[in-house]
Order: sequence, then structure tokens, then C-alpha cells
Amino acid sequence: MPFPYHKINGQDIAHFRTIIGEERIVEKEAVKKEYHHDEMPEYGVYAPDLLIEAINKEEISQIMKYAYEKNIPVTVRGAGTGLAGGATCKYGGILLSVMKMNRILGVDMDNMTITTEPGALLSEVADAASAAGLFYPPDPGERTASIGGTVVTNAGGMRAVKYGVTRDYVRAIEAVLPDGEIVNFSSNVVKNTTGYDLKDLVIGSEGTLCILTQVTLKLIAKPKLTWSLVIPYDSIEHCISTVPKLLKMSFVPTAIEFTETDVLDMVEKHLNKRFPDRSSDAYLIVMLDANTKEEMEKMVEEAAGTAIGAGAKDVLISNTAERSASVWSVRAGTLEGLKADSLSQEECDVVVPRSKIAEYVLEAKKISKKHGIRIVTVGHAGDGNIHTELLKDPHLTEQEWKVNTHACLEELYAVSKRLGGQLSGEHGIGIGRLEHMRHFVGERMYRLFQSVKMVFDDKNILNPGKVVALDSKGRCGA
Amino acid sequence: MKIIVCIKQVPDSSDVAIDPESGTLIRMGQNAKTNPYDLYAIETALRIRDEVGGTVTALTMGPPQAEEMMRDAYMMGVDETVVMSDRKFAGSDVLATSYTLSQGIKMLEGADLIICGKQTTDGDTAQIGPAIAEHLDIPHVAWVKSLEEVNDRFIAVVHQMSGHVQVSEMPYPCLITVDKDIFVPRLPSYKTKLSTREKEVRFLSFADLPDKNLSRFGIIGSPTQVDKMFPPEAAEGQVHIEGNSVEKANRLVALLSEAKIL
Repeated sequence: MPFPYHKINGQDIAHFRTIIGEERIVEKEAVKKEYHHDEMPEYGVYAPDLLIEAINKEEISQIMKYAYEKNIPVTVRGAGTGLAGGATCKYGGILLSVMKMNRILGVDMDNMTITTEPGALLSEVADAASAAGLFYPPDPGERTASIGGTVVTNAGGMRAVKYGVTRDYVRAIEAVLPDGEIVNFSSNVVKNTTGYDLKDLVIGSEGTLCILTQVTLKLIAKPKLTWSLVIPYDSIEHCISTVPKLLKMSFVPTAIEFTETDVLDMVEKHLNKRFPDRSSDAYLIVMLDANTKEEMEKMVEEAAGTAIGAGAKDVLISNTAERSASVWSVRAGTLEGLKADSLSQEECDVVVPRSKIAEYVLEAKKISKKHGIRIVTVGHAGDGNIHTELLKDPHLTEQEWKVNTHACLEELYAVSKRLGGQLSGEHGIGIGRLEHMRHFVGERMYRLFQSVKMVFDDKNILNPGKVVALDSKGRCGA
Repeated sequence: MKIIVCIKQVPDSSDVAIDPESGTLIRMGQNAKTNPYDLYAIETALRIRDEVGGTVTALTMGPPQAEEMMRDAYMMGVDETVVMSDRKFAGSDVLATSYTLSQGIKMLEGADLIICGKQTTDGDTAQIGPAIAEHLDIPHVAWVKSLEEVNDRFIAVVHQMSGHVQVSEMPYPCLITVDKDIFVPRLPSYKTKLSTREKEVRFLSFADLPDKNLSRFGIIGSPTQVDKMFPPEAAEGQVHIEGNSVEKANRLVALLSEAKIL
């Protein structure tokens, strides 16, 4: 029986010391607290029994062979910037950091790809692409994320409207399976119908299926000009109902974000970052990419005509780096501003069909009122991924906060499901949303998820207790 | 109140090419934009106008393509724009540029308040504003960080001196240069673009100016000789601070203090 797991002892540590350099093994008491959680400690704080920093795939293979044989749980850790409690040792065991595997192995100009180890930062990969005159579009906002982390969480970000998500850029993955075998998912090809597309299963699997050791990513030509439009509205309804109209234009905007005046207040109050326009209740921020000024001017004309025709008060044009910084630094400060303005936060990352965004946002406001929990909706209006932040105000007791946020979440997820949406758009399931999974996806689909997990990881030693629970078979539960 | 804002078109890149022969900036083929510091001056002028009434005129000296910058100024909300453009102005240093602009201001029959950005991103001298005021013999305060009071008799401004903050009150006419972050500059408006489409950008040449003494303009009127111009070397040094969080914080404060950043 794989569960309960084997508890790491002195003999195990002695074995790992024969594989790994002394300085790259840290025992439980010496593991820094930051490794006990990710960016959402609300989803659990767990001390690993052992932290190992691997430097190559052979080491990882040997660690996994031993862990598989001894039944020791292993959780892979990148930069720890996740928002779902994904990279934590829920059942103890080994926390395997890949942050020392951070070499960018090269840009292939002929195939327009970049190959990198998993511990390189997203910003480093994007910079390496840029230095070669190319562009890696996925940008979830957190640019200090590890590139491996962005692949296993299928990171999205605001540019998904035009460029898609991380999945659309992954050509090939080299990985270690739970039993230690090194395998390759696809290769540097554009098309592939060679059997099941397991690469796509691995992308977004949150470290529950295998351990990435190398990834090859598609790059594209870099757009020469990027401008932004700030579009003010008197009402949130008009603001959001413009989004489908902008998506029907003759070109695809790079990003369409929305924000409300309350959020701007919070960012201004706590971070002293001021937005260039404060005349209105709600704003869309639209990013446009083009290769010539003439092309850009035409896009601005069409977007402005569309927005004003849909009820916008004006269209403000950010056409230089300084102007864009004043717009996007406020948008980037949103999460920090919300955190500073509340005692605790719970986060809902639903994604709904783009035609249903307005309905979802209005429902969220009703749910907020009903349960007395402050709810702020912000984010990616262009792709339907509305970050719905639940904020704890001082008048709430811990118990009220816990009970009422849970009630809010259940209703928000029910609304998303009714509108044809999904539980999570880009932050993943991890621990944070696990309890809602089975109900949301349905029994048959959940069993399929469990089966997929078992095919890759029959002992359930890789990041157990995340994405799916296997309690029905007597193995570790949620 | 009549307000004149002096602005300048600069290359839209910090990576500026320099002609090795003449030592001057290569402007051809570069995208251009309004000097970022001047956007704060425009914003300050528009806010004062909106509060106490009056007009805002944007004034620049430069090549004819500065007209494009003036379209941007119209989109921000200025009422009138004037470009001083003449081959005779070419090669001007701080003295000749500030004198030429002061002549332009005289041509426009002066102003109650003249506002400049604190410096440009290409010349970086931060001297043009005060020099214009000296040519016009009016009071001035540079690097204003906030406005204390503006009414129809005087303006009171707050400016950062080395070691202390000073509040100064000046009667009109006067000149201020404003620091960045005095306000967040508004963005150009598409609706204003449509409504100002027919508005004229006025051009002034040497022949329009009251002073016809050519020795005060352009390269002849410029005593400054640029000996050599080169981009500064990018600092790439890195310091790694070790220790616990308190030790690291103390060391960081010490390093920043040594570098006079704190």
C-alpha cells in the first residue's frame, strides 16, 4: 500500500548524500520558512522533511528511483510564486528545487525556438528571446516565476487574448517520471499526430505527473510598437459590454483588462501609484501591437470608434514608454494594493465565456452583498478570466470570514458553471481549489483525472494531494 | 490667466546615436516624442487653467516636424500651439535657445505664467527655464514639486532645496520649472484629437521676432562648444549582501547612504 508514505530517516539522507552534493541537501529544521508555502500561505503551510536542490536530470532520476522504491513523496519547487498552494509538501517528504537548473541552452533561429532548463526565470527567457530579436509572449505578470513553473501551471496572463497561453508555445518537454525514467514528450516539430498528445497532459499538470528537466518553447517575431488605450466609462455594465465588440474588430487586441475606481483608490492609497485618469467609475485598458505607426494609427481609429460607439466617454492614448508605465504600473500593483487594503484574501480565478463576463461580474456583486464579504473583480476581461478577490475587512471575525467566504466561493463557482465557465483560468487547482474540483467537473470527469494521475504516478508520490484526490482507492486523500 | 508652456521634441529612445564627426545627436530616422518632463509642465498648466480660467499656449523651438508634437499637445488639451522654426536657429546652445524662446514669448505679448519641465532627456542641462526668465527679467523658481496656492494675484510653490523645502510666492509674470511627479500627466484624448483636427499650429521664424540681431541666435549666438559627446558607460556592477534579514537591511542602508542615494 503506497499510503501512508515512508518517513525519511537518517539512512535515506545518507543515501541522498551519495547522489547529491552535501551543500545541496537541507534537513527539515534548517529549511527556510519560505519553502513551507507559496504566495498563498492561506492554502496551507507545510514543512518538507528534506530540501534537495538538483542540478541535472541524472540527479533527479536517481532521487526518483529511490523515492519510488521507498515510497517517499516528492514535490517539485520552482520560484514558489504560485497562487494555488501547488508547490508545497502537503504530506512532507522531499521538496525538490530545480532553481539551480537555470541554464538557457540556446535560441534556435532556424526553428524560432528557445530551449531552457526549468529553473530559468520567465524574465530571463523573455530577455534571451528579445536579445535574439524574437518574442516570448506569455506573461502572467509574475516575471520572477520559473519557466518550468509556468509550463506545469499553463500560465496565462493578459496577452492571452492575442497570443494564447503557455501551452501554445511548448514544443517539447524532457522530464523524469515518478519511477526515475527520463522521457521526451514530443520534439521540436510544429505538428505531431504521433499517438496521444501526452505533452499537453503534462502542461498544466502542476507537478503531479512528472518532473520537467528541459523545455523547448516557440518564439515569434517581436512587434515593433506597443501602445495602450485607456477607455473610461460611467458604468461597469457599459465597460464590460464593450469587450465582445472589441473582439469582433478587424484585428485582435493584445490585451483587454478592466478595472474599477475602488481598485485604483486602493493602489493609490497604499502604493502611491496614480492612474493618469480618475474621472470615471470603470475603465478598460486595451493593449495593441503593430509593426508600423500607420498600422497602429488605423487600429487606434477602429478601437476608438468601437468603444465610443459602445458608450465609452473617451479613448485616451498611451503612445510612449512613460505613458504606458503610468498605466500599467497601476494595473500591476492591483494584487499588492488589495492585499494592503484587507486583513486576509481569498481568490477566485474562474474563467467564463467572453460573452458572459458582464453577467458574471454583476452576479459576483450580488453575492458580495448577500454574504457581507467585500468582493473586487479585476483582470482579464479580454479572455473571460475574471480575478474575483474576496477581501477580509476588520469587522469580520475569523469564523464569519471563513464561513462567508466559503459560501461566496460555492456560489461564484456555481455561477461560473451555469454560464459555461471553468473553475480556474490560470492559477490552477493546487490545494486551494481542490475541495471544489469533484463537484465542479462531475464524477465521471473526476475519475478520468484520477486515472490519468495513476497512469503516470501509480504510487502517488509526485506532489500528492494536489489537483486530484485519490481517496476512493484508499490512497492519500485531499 | 495666460500660461505659456515651453516644450521640446526629443528622440523616442534612450539609446541615442551620436554623429562621431560633429558630436551632435543624430535625429534623422528616429521616432520622436514630447520630452517626458514637459508632460508634467503641460499637466500643471492645464490644471491651473481649469482652476482659475485662462489659456494655455505650448511653445517650442525646433524643426518643422515638431508640428506632430503640437498635435499631441492639442490632444492633451492646450488651447494654442506655436513652433519657432528657422534655419537661423540651428545649432543653438542653452543661451541662444533660451533667448530665442524669450523672443517668441515677447512676440506672443508675454504671459502671466511660464511653465517648463525641469530638464530634457536629450540635452539634460535643466537651464533653459531659468535662462528664459532671466532674458525676460521676471522671477522664477526651478524644480517645483507642488503648488501651494494659485490665484489671480500670485502663485505659491513648494520646491526642494538641498537639505530643506522652501515655499516661495511670486507675483505674475513669473516662470516655474516643475519636477516630475508634481501630477500624473493626462493621456492624449481621442475625442480632443477629433475636435482639434482643424486647429492651426502657428509657425514663427526669425523674421517675425522683435530682435533682428543675428549674433544672438543659432550657432553664431552660441558660445558653448561641444568638445566631445559620448554615451555614459552602463554600470553593471553587482553587490551580493549576505546575512540574516536584519544584517542585510543594515548593510543595504549603509551602502545606499555611502552612494548618497539615501
